[in-house]
Amino acid sequence: MNITEKILARASGKNTVSPDDIVFAKVDKVMVHDVSGPGVLKVFDKLQKQGIDTSKLHDPTKVWIAEDHFVPSAEKISAENIVKLSNFSKKYDIKKHFKYGMGQYGICHTLSHEEALVNPGDVYVGGDSHTNTTGALGAFACGLGHTDVAYVLLNGEIWFKVPETYYFKLNGKLPPHVMAKDFILNIIGDIGNDGGAYNTMQFGGTGIDEMSVESRLTLTNMTTEAGAKNGIIESDKKTVEYLNQRGATNVSEFHGDADANYSKILEYEASELEPTVAKPFSPDNITVARELSSTELDKSYIGSCTGAKYEDLLAAAKILKGRQVKIRTEVLPAAISIYKRAVKDGLIEIFLDAGATVGPPTCGACCGAHMGVLAKDEICVSTTNRNFPGRMGHVESQTYLASPQVAAASAVTGKLTDPRDLN
Amino acid sequence: MIGNVIKYERDNIDTDVIIPGTYLKIHDYNELATHAMEGLDPEFPSKVKDGDFIVAGKNFGCGSSREHAPIALSTCGIKAVIATSFARIFYRNSVDGAFLLPIEVDDETYQKISNSDQLEINIEKNEIKNITKNEIYAMKPFSEIIAKIIAAGGLFKYKK
Repeated sequence: MNITEKILARASGKNTVSPDDIVFAKVDKVMVHDVSGPGVLKVFDKLQKQGIDTSKLHDPTKVWIAEDHFVPSAEKISAENIVKLSNFSKKYDIKKHFKYGMGQYGICHTLSHEEALVNPGDVYVGGDSHTNTTGALGAFACGLGHTDVAYVLLNGEIWFKVPETYYFKLNGKLPPHVMAKDFILNIIGDIGNDGGAYNTMQFGGTGIDEMSVESRLTLTNMTTEAGAKNGIIESDKKTVEYLNQRGATNVSEFHGDADANYSKILEYEASELEPTVAKPFSPDNITVARELSSTELDKSYIGSCTGAKYEDLLAAAKILKGRQVKIRTEVLPAAISIYKRAVKDGLIEIFLDAGATVGPPTCGACCGAHMGVLAKDEICVSTTNRNFPGRMGHVESQTYLASPQVAAASAVTGKLTDPRDLN
Repeated sequence: MIGNVIKYERDNIDTDVIIPGTYLKIHDYNELATHAMEGLDPEFPSKVKDGDFIVAGKNFGCGSSREHAPIALSTCGIKAVIATSFARIFYRNSVDGAFLLPIEVDDETYQKISNSDQLEINIEKNEIKNITKNEIYAMKPFSEIIAKIIAAGGLFKYKK
């Protein structure tokens, strides 16, 4: 069995599982945020009316809560949702609630790794499509809707169809100025935005061994944009070390079998990859950044679970150091822990000196919520994950998805820019 | 189940156009319904009638896990979405929450169905009858667990 099959077999108490089997898997960790949490409460209200007991969760120690989409509260309704979350964690005795303005908080997917909330081999589900991100730690991580999350909270398990696995093998180390974001955009461009639908996208090979844990998280994050059920990378020493540094204890690696089956294996040569951009209005609409060098921009957005981890900020800062931005540039570190490191290491000063605005951790404009949404006809280069019509604001705004290096280089020139071409 | 078709000749109708991100903070079903399909067809809430079906191309509902998407459509009265394929979270939200039926058809069937056609969906026979055109199409049968959850009326009523 490959790693996904092996995790689902363990979690469902079976010796073996195969693609298309239906299993009820015991869930190790569950996440809700300020959108899915109130959504789950709405489901609880409906269930109570049907006579279903919602007074106790199956296991509140497995649950954690993030405040990320509409925080700091964008207006009254968002503020009320935050109050609902506070009441929720109090009522059900959920200890791990990361509140804005009270120390560590940030985007749910970022917290999952920054706070070492998920271990290799876990089944982790969250009320957000990019829950896939955390699969880079060697876990089965999968996004669900409100009803399914409510079911998990009350019953501790959920049904899954065992997925087929596509294995993406990266040979060699990524060249300078080429980032994990460029690799995953290339994959989505190749297979299409439903090319991984219902399946697992697993990453491996020497290029993945070379990669940092944070870069790996960029890959699994955007498996969602190919429709995948989960993205996954087998854990190694780097994974264990990464989690241990963040306070985890008793982390052990969990692996698939050596003779595991994959329904497809796709190989990529790292040396052939280039800075890549997804044009409006789909993440699979890709081209190399150089081809778009005449595209004028209004804004550069460096944020989100995809593109505002510490290394993302570091990559952007290296480019912005000693330079000035020509267009509106926003930098939103994805969690307070990352923000603090960026302050300590002088990155925030670089951003501010370059003229950029630095904001608090939030999903913000990535989902068109607040904090820099786009007006009609505005064009943005963004380190985020989606560029559907209206994703970051007005339905006639445009978003080009790119790596933090491309976003930073473009901020300097005001046009889409390959970081290799920056003077 | 009989209803009229609202057809969008389009693939990848994503959750950002079904219910834009700015409305994710809203959890009142009736209010969500007033914004259904706003990113693609702002007239949708005023033209949709209770019992209507949406017909669209491949990868319907791709993008976010927001259950707001099937909620907004079903609160508007949509009873089924007929598409050549669905994104996984939209599909399972529709079924597990018992909001609407996600029905898969082949490309030829998708082409044959026109806007405003009256259809009768029969999930026991895996058949769609086009009353307007007097044609009969096959639908892809639901997998065993999906059929059982639909028959039960959602995941919470399903006994494994």
